[in-house]
Amino acid sequence: MHMIKRFKIYIGLLLCVAMLGPLKMFAQDDLLSLVGEDKPTKQRVKYAFKSSRVINSHSMEFINPGTMDFRILHRFGSLDQGYKNFFGLDQASMRMSFDFGLLHNLMAGVGRSTFKKEVDAFVKYAPICQSTGPGSSPVTVALVSGITVDGLPWADPTRQNYFTSRLAYYNQVIIGRKFSEALSLQVMPTVVHKNLVQLATDKNDIVGLGFGGRLKLSKRMALTWDYTYVVDGLPEGYFHPLSFGLDIETGGHVFQLHVSNANGMNERAFITETTGQWGQGQVRFGFNLSRMFQLKKPKLD
Amino acid sequence: MKNSFLLLLLLTLSPILVSAQKYFTKSGRIDFSATAPSSPEKIEAVHKTVTCVLDAATGQLQFSLLIQGFTFERALMQEHFNENYMESGKFPKAEFKGAITNNTAVNYSKDGDYTVTVKGKLTLHGEAREVETTGKIAIKGGKISASANFSAVLSEYKIEVPALVSDKVSKTATIKVACSLEPLKS
Repeated sequence: MHMIKRFKIYIGLLLCVAMLGPLKMFAQDDLLSLVGEDKPTKQRVKYAFKSSRVINSHSMEFINPGTMDFRILHRFGSLDQGYKNFFGLDQASMRMSFDFGLLHNLMAGVGRSTFKKEVDAFVKYAPICQSTGPGSSPVTVALVSGITVDGLPWADPTRQNYFTSRLAYYNQVIIGRKFSEALSLQVMPTVVHKNLVQLATDKNDIVGLGFGGRLKLSKRMALTWDYTYVVDGLPEGYFHPLSFGLDIETGGHVFQLHVSNANGMNERAFITETTGQWGQGQVRFGFNLSRMFQLKKPKLD
Repeated sequence: MKNSFLLLLLLTLSPILVSAQKYFTKSGRIDFSATAPSSPEKIEAVHKTVTCVLDAATGQLQFSLLIQGFTFERALMQEHFNENYMESGKFPKAEFKGAITNNTAVNYSKDGDYTVTVKGKLTLHGEAREVETTGKIAIKGGKISASANFSAVLSEYKIEVPALVSDKVSKTATIKVACSLEPLKS
């Protein structure tokens, strides 16, 4: 009898200890960790650039799906013309384009430039997007493929001319990273192929290595630059395109003001046909104006 | 003797039963609006993957959400919301940690509607502030619907509204919470 009583007390004590276990849960003030909310999740790093173009070059950034980016690009004459041409502002070359955001990592666009009356189109796709959290990638890798169609009358109408002679293509890989809120950098190996070149000594395939970056000065202003180094060199009279710009964001618009030695506004034109030389003051003022339109609205309800 | 043993057993099990009385969701909804009265366009967004956990025993209530998860009708507005206002790169989450102050008035085991007062700390844009509001709790078939409305003064959370858009973006945001919670199996 005595033994049984003692045993019961022992069991009772044991149960009391067992009670304290669950009691400990009351002290826990982080309920969210119970549903795994404290674990980091994979998240895409967004807004590396304000626009889908650094200045001339494509950026690692995509426009949002369901939106259209109407872009008006202006390049004025070269500054070294002085006051007689109002430092180049009397002349302007332009490109108008429509870019469409199809998926979060897929966009396509079409544009037309006054320079060579050229039409261009491109598709841009990112198989890898920079992200944070588990299974993340430190960089965005985007692929761009484009075509340009020269619209000028044939230089020599007396000979046999083919439509394909008007065409040029470009393929580009963009490897970019947003290092911090302020700094984003990217490199862009690029190949431009021209079906027809001016001289027999000119190359049909031009390999370039592009560099681009952005440094945010404030929430709505950023310094940008892009440069393409043509690996095999360029024919005499042509130079590597280098541009410096200032992005200003005002609500629905992004203004990209810049100075550049390039006149062309598609890859074929600015990589292979930049005739200005920075050292000679042959740079020009220009701006890109980007206006976003929401074509497809997501359902909020 | 037998009775005391049963009592002991009951006492032992009761905290286990109580600790099982936690409810949660990962698909709560929050509607956000910061449309100024004079604004020609609506500045509002919806979030449909809000996490909420409620401990029925203590009345503790916690919310968490990713700022990037807010969807706006216009993607550009969403971009500005993330980039310029909420700075979601720096402050990816918003959190509320608080409690139902009149929790004893709620009988979680019976169907019914209750008005509750919720008090706690809201962390937004890296700034924590005390908030208090009244909400509704409806219990039906072991599930809980919780809803509440409250407002947040943007400047208190160091969210700047530039003068350029002050006719569109209100200085105060209204936040509408609606969650249906299910029992959490631990």
